Formats: sequence, C-alpha cells, structure tokens
Amino acid sequence: MRERLIIVGGLALFLLLFAYPVLRAAVYHTQTSAPQLRLTSQGSTCVAPTDYMRTSHMRLLSQWRTDVVRHGDRRFVAFNGKVYDKSLTRTCLGCHNKQQFCDRCHAYSGVSGPHCWSCHNDPQAATAKVMP
Amino acid sequence: MKITRKEFLELSGLSILGAGALRAVHAVKAAESAHANSLPSDSPKKQMALAIDLRKCRRRPGCNLCSQACHATHNVPHIADPRHEVKWIWNEGFASVFPLEQNGYTRRNYNGSPLPVLCNHCEKPPCVEVCPTGATWKRSEDGVVMMDWHRCIGCKYCITACPYGARSFNFSEPREALQQVNPDFPTRSLGVVEKCNFCAERLAKGEAPACVEACPEKAIVFGDVLDASSDVSKALDASYSIRRKPELGTGPNVFYFL
Repeated sequence: MRERLIIVGGLALFLLLFAYPVLRAAVYHTQTSAPQLRLTSQGSTCVAPTDYMRTSHMRLLSQWRTDVVRHGDRRFVAFNGKVYDKSLTRTCLGCHNKQQFCDRCHAYSGVSGPHCWSCHNDPQAATAKVMP
Repeated sequence: MKITRKEFLELSGLSILGAGALRAVHAVKAAESAHANSLPSDSPKKQMALAIDLRKCRRRPGCNLCSQACHATHNVPHIADPRHEVKWIWNEGFASVFPLEQNGYTRRNYNGSPLPVLCNHCEKPPCVEVCPTGATWKRSEDGVVMMDWHRCIGCKYCITACPYGARSFNFSEPREALQQVNPDFPTRSLGVVEKCNFCAERLAKGEAPACVEACPEKAIVFGDVLDASSDVSKALDASYSIRRKPELGTGPNVFYFL
C-alpha cells in the first residue's frame, strides 16, 4: 500500500514537471511566434531561392568562405544568372539587416554557434567606429 | 655443397632481414619524394615580390605611411604594449634587420632611418611547414603565403617558426584596440595569429598593395618576379639587392636596395 502511494505520487510529480512549459503557457497566456523578418531593400532577389536559403544558407556561406579564402574565387553566379560578389558584409548585408534578420532568427531558434561577427563587420551597425 | 642447420638458419634469418630492410628503404624513399612534391616551391605560376628602395625611403626619416595605410586597410589593431602589439608592416632598426651587414658606416648613416619589414612570402615558408591545421599555406597561383583565420587555433607554432618575426598574436580583443574599422576587410578575433597577406583582397581586384600605393617616394615596387618584364624584375635587374637572412634557405621575396 505504501509503495503504491510512492509510485503514484512520483508519476504525478513527473507528469507535472513534464507538462510544466505547457501549463505555464496556459496560465500566463504566453505565446511564441516565429519572428517576422523584414528586408532592408524590398523587392530584390536573393542569391538563391528563399526555401534553399532558409535551410542551407550556412552551407552556401561555408562554400563562399572556402572559395574566397582558399581559391581566390570571389564571383558567384546565381540561379538566375546574376553575378554577385561572395561577400557576407557587402552582398548579404546589402539587403539583410543583421539585427533585424540574422540575429532574430538565430535567437529564436537558439542557434548561437557561428561566430561570424567576431571578425566580419556589420556596415549597418550604428557605431562610430565603422568607416563609411 | 653442404650446409649445416645453423648456417641455414643464419642465412634465412639474414635474407628475411634484408628483404624487410629493402621494403623500409623503399617506404622512406616514397615518403620523402611525396614530401618533396608537396612543397609549394614546385614551379609556381607566379611569385609576387616586393622590392623596397631604402635610398628613397631614407629621404623621409621617421616616415611610416606604408604601415599606416596597411594597418588602416586591414583593421590591424594599434596596441602600445610591445609584448602584445600586432603589426603587418613596420619600421625596424638596421641592426636587427641586417645584423651581418653592419659596419661603422651603416651604424653612423642608417641607424635611425626607416626600414620597413613585413612577411617575406618565402619560397619555402617555415610557418607553413609547422602549421598543424593548414590555416596558413602558400598559394600556388601567385606564391602569396595566405592565412585562413577561420582555421587558426592560435597555437603560435608559426610565430616560433618565422625567422623574421612577421607574425603577431592577438593576445587581447583586437576590436577594442581599433579606432576605426574598414568594413570591407574583416577584423580578427582573440587568440588568432595574423600577418601581411600581400593585399590578396586588393590583388583580386587588380589593385597594387596598400603600402605600394601609400608610399610618397614610390620606394616600394610590387610584381611577379617570375615575369622578366614586370616592374619588380626590372628594378631587381637594375640594382644590387639584398634579402633578410637568405642563409636560412627560406627564399624571402622581399628585396631591399640599400
């Protein structure tokens, strides 16, 4: 009899802890939604289709890094025939704002791994340090 | 011919040893030739080089415009502490650059004159030999000794290996020591080695290195030493030049006219 109490009590505690995030959200009416991303310059096309960029931008950037640093190949011919400079600072951030675009999605999905910005510059950053 | 059991065993043992030794010799030979083939000095298409005319350089005592231009272009942090300073091209005293060329006259006339030094982009770069991650390598297309800062783990082997002191380590956060940032070139991060890249990013656009452009005396000539018609080849044909520590066999590609 005593064991049954411990078992049922333990199970109830486990279920309570397990469901805590859901219960908390129900009680406090908190809601999370994916960040609504905005582009700095609307209407222009990206270097690759949105679906590809959403899932594989890291692969593209890694390939660009290898091409530029290791092979000195800085020209990127996009899917639509447009030619871009393989540059994170100039090409990517020419349309995307780091704070409004990269950071928000990475913070939302908890991906804090890449250290791009400890060396690469954000030309839109409102710091007096950046030369025009 | 009679052979005793002892002689038979001795002979077969020696034969096995001999066959084994031959294999070992072949293996060493193959490894050595493979190593020799991997050396970047094997027929590069181009070899970029600098020739610095110190006769022109001396017209402006204390001038360091080449260094200023380079460091502004490449976001090289200015750190006053000499143990932590980071530099790509800088002025060094005659005695430490050319210790074996000294005599009473050089001491009297050249000490105190600017003598720009930088990475020599060696034919056989010792820094490349020691790098455990392949973060530094010699580009086969133009002989520039490049760095991939993404790959540098900051072990500093290359700093020890370089006989010219051309490499610096970021002991502190480099962005904090930058007054201005050129957004077109990345900064470095803490714990990474850096050095002159012969302005690889400018060469890609067909521009001359920043130091060459910045020199008001046009004392620095840049070009391909394997091309006999290049400016640097012509300058080296016209005057007697010396290099730093050629006795080490690194094959430096920065030449000086005294």
